[in-house]
Amino acid sequence: MNHAELEEQIRRRWPGRVNMYRDTSKTLVIEPNLSLLRDLCGWLFTGASLPFGGTVVEESADEWELRHIFYGVEGGGWVQVMARQPLAVKTFPSISTKVHAASWQEREIEDLFGLTFEGHPLLGDFVLHNDIWQEGVEPMRHQFNAKTPISERQPDPDWRPRRIVQAPGAFIMPIGPIFSGIAESVNLQLETVGEDVICAFPRLFYEYRGIEKIAEGRAAADALLLAERFAATTAFAHALAFCQAAETICGIKVPARASVLRVFLAELERFRHHVGAISAICESTALAVAASQMAILEEDLLRLSGVLAGHRYLFGLTTPGGMCKDLDSAVCQKTYRKCREILAQMERLEEMLRFSSSFLDRLEEVGFISRDETLNHSLVGPIARASGVVRDLRKIQPYSGYECFDFETPGESEGDGYARLRVIFEEARQSVRLMKQAAAVLEPGPVRATIQFKAGAALGWTEAPRGAAFHWLRLSEDGRVVRYRIIPPSFINWHGFHLSVENFAFQDLPIILATMNLSVAENDR
Amino acid sequence: MSQWVRKGIQTGIKTTAYPAREETAAGVSPGRPVGGDYSEQTTEALIACCPTQALSQIDHRLVVDYRRCVHCFRCRDGLAASIAWQQGYEWAGAAGDEPPSLGDEFSRCSIHILVVDAGDCGACLNEVKQLNNPYYNMHRLGFFITPTPRQADILLVVGPGTDQMRLALRKAYEAMPAPKRVVAVGTCALSGSVFGPSFVSAGGISQILPVDIEIPGQPPPPLAILHGLLAVVGRKAPVSLISPAPMAADKEGV
Repeated sequence: MNHAELEEQIRRRWPGRVNMYRDTSKTLVIEPNLSLLRDLCGWLFTGASLPFGGTVVEESADEWELRHIFYGVEGGGWVQVMARQPLAVKTFPSISTKVHAASWQEREIEDLFGLTFEGHPLLGDFVLHNDIWQEGVEPMRHQFNAKTPISERQPDPDWRPRRIVQAPGAFIMPIGPIFSGIAESVNLQLETVGEDVICAFPRLFYEYRGIEKIAEGRAAADALLLAERFAATTAFAHALAFCQAAETICGIKVPARASVLRVFLAELERFRHHVGAISAICESTALAVAASQMAILEEDLLRLSGVLAGHRYLFGLTTPGGMCKDLDSAVCQKTYRKCREILAQMERLEEMLRFSSSFLDRLEEVGFISRDETLNHSLVGPIARASGVVRDLRKIQPYSGYECFDFETPGESEGDGYARLRVIFEEARQSVRLMKQAAAVLEPGPVRATIQFKAGAALGWTEAPRGAAFHWLRLSEDGRVVRYRIIPPSFINWHGFHLSVENFAFQDLPIILATMNLSVAENDR
Repeated sequence: MSQWVRKGIQTGIKTTAYPAREETAAGVSPGRPVGGDYSEQTTEALIACCPTQALSQIDHRLVVDYRRCVHCFRCRDGLAASIAWQQGYEWAGAAGDEPPSLGDEFSRCSIHILVVDAGDCGACLNEVKQLNNPYYNMHRLGFFITPTPRQADILLVVGPGTDQMRLALRKAYEAMPAPKRVVAVGTCALSGSVFGPSFVSAGGISQILPVDIEIPGQPPPPLAILHGLLAVVGRKAPVSLISPAPMAADKEGV
């Protein structure tokens, strides 16, 4: 089925009640009657099997524009379902009863814009914690001044977490936001009746920095600093998504050399990230030597990034229009060769891990997520691929010339911690394979096209190391940000986190967290 | 399991010689800009290109405030006349006039550190994590990560200090026994960097807690964090947080 057939089916199903047009050759925009919104989205999600990407809401001069983004049908492209309401009417029909993946998106919008979603079963107390924030702050509205510091408030002593388990003797064991060890700030509420944990829910957004709000009004180049720095362990992937959105708005084609360098750096980042993730998994199972060995490789890769690009986390490299600076082809070659050596060392460790039974015992059948639930939550990245949903934006929506490279997207079907580890190992291998190809096709040439900013909006996307990242950007004529919306992979995947922590033994929690490899900073923005 | 023991021994010693000797491996630090005398025109261009006002002109010389530098590299890569760049990693400075050291009796003790993430992007935290890896291995210097504030001597804070972490941060600090020191790691924790101050970001940990040692950099490399920790126990001297350092400039008149 392609977009034309999809259009035809929708027309046949709801004759005369749906307005459809092509935004660009790759985006189909569907504007249904508001009363149809829920059914149409539900049909796209389950009937047409389009995965759900995310939701963008924009406040224009006189109306709300709501945009549900779905992945396109085979062969690429995006499907956007648009809905509008006058500013005074602050309600939309909720689609999350039919499209469960949209649930958190709607909760976030409700908290930050004050829009209500009719039919949503659970709104409020999400981004802005109810124990210190009052309802009705609506910080994402244009009228709200992001610069004004909010006075310090006393937390509400009567606030209590929501409880699901009502059995006698059941209680909530809160963990976080400050953990033992070196960890990001998140609060996990483990509901238990004693030894085993029945379910667990994360309380997030302790690190909410309002990136989307404070980006507004900044010049695109300065907003790029935010895109790069809000989740810096995957800085390059997010910076790239931002730049691609800006480039689409301005209709710029990036010079060939810059595209190849971007691929090279993105894969270097993925490789480093995955090595770090494997180290964390080894550490969670208390396999100290393996954790140290992987940590050595991670530091090697950080140093390699530092030598190649000047910054260990690849800051300040990409910019709308191309690259900030050219990298030496010979150094890229050298970097690849060093990566190949590191990969060889990693593979030796992989082999040893495969035969370490105490290690495997702790990963197998731990943190299981089923394929159905993965689809239901539209999970992304290694987590989805380990549960049999092999989806990779580099393949289905190629950007930056990924279609010219030969690589494979690994998939596993078990959906447990070990399957995720195997996916991460294989992805790391594929990244080095991509780096080899990229280093080989680096032709001399310019790396930066001059960019003339235009007013407009566009979606930028990358397959970040943790999964699909979407950056929606609207610029004004002078190149300032009007609306910036980030849908990071960790936000999508934290939504499915509770699936992996059902009826588990308490001591498995660190292992589940490590194999899920979710970033709090990336989620909280 | 014996294979892992063998593997560990085969790997040999990877650990840096710092602080006894300088670490010279490439890529351990991104380096940072250096202030000083530049032509009037260059100075103006450099100041204009800095997105976080880390550069300013004082007495006809260009001054870099490392507490604001976010490593965007614009002053190095973006202009015709670029700023001088200096490698190195001994970056930690004292936040106030008081000597930041815990005191002589602590210089040979085990020091326990509680790490709190107050809105960090993940990079600073990852660099703190590197201190535990064989390359840096802070245990050999007597530094340990502790899970509880009750045992902590040092509160190591990363991130700009988000609104919703304020309470947890303060509680952790109050639960620590005296004497205690607060180490702010990363430009975000020193000035809020690109994030703040705003409606949800305090714009630096010093707005919430009394900070003793400041470690600039985005993120500061592991060796810079190590330098900061050594400064707390008085085994290394803190350095100036601005360049050129006010004292050195007066003496040498560079």
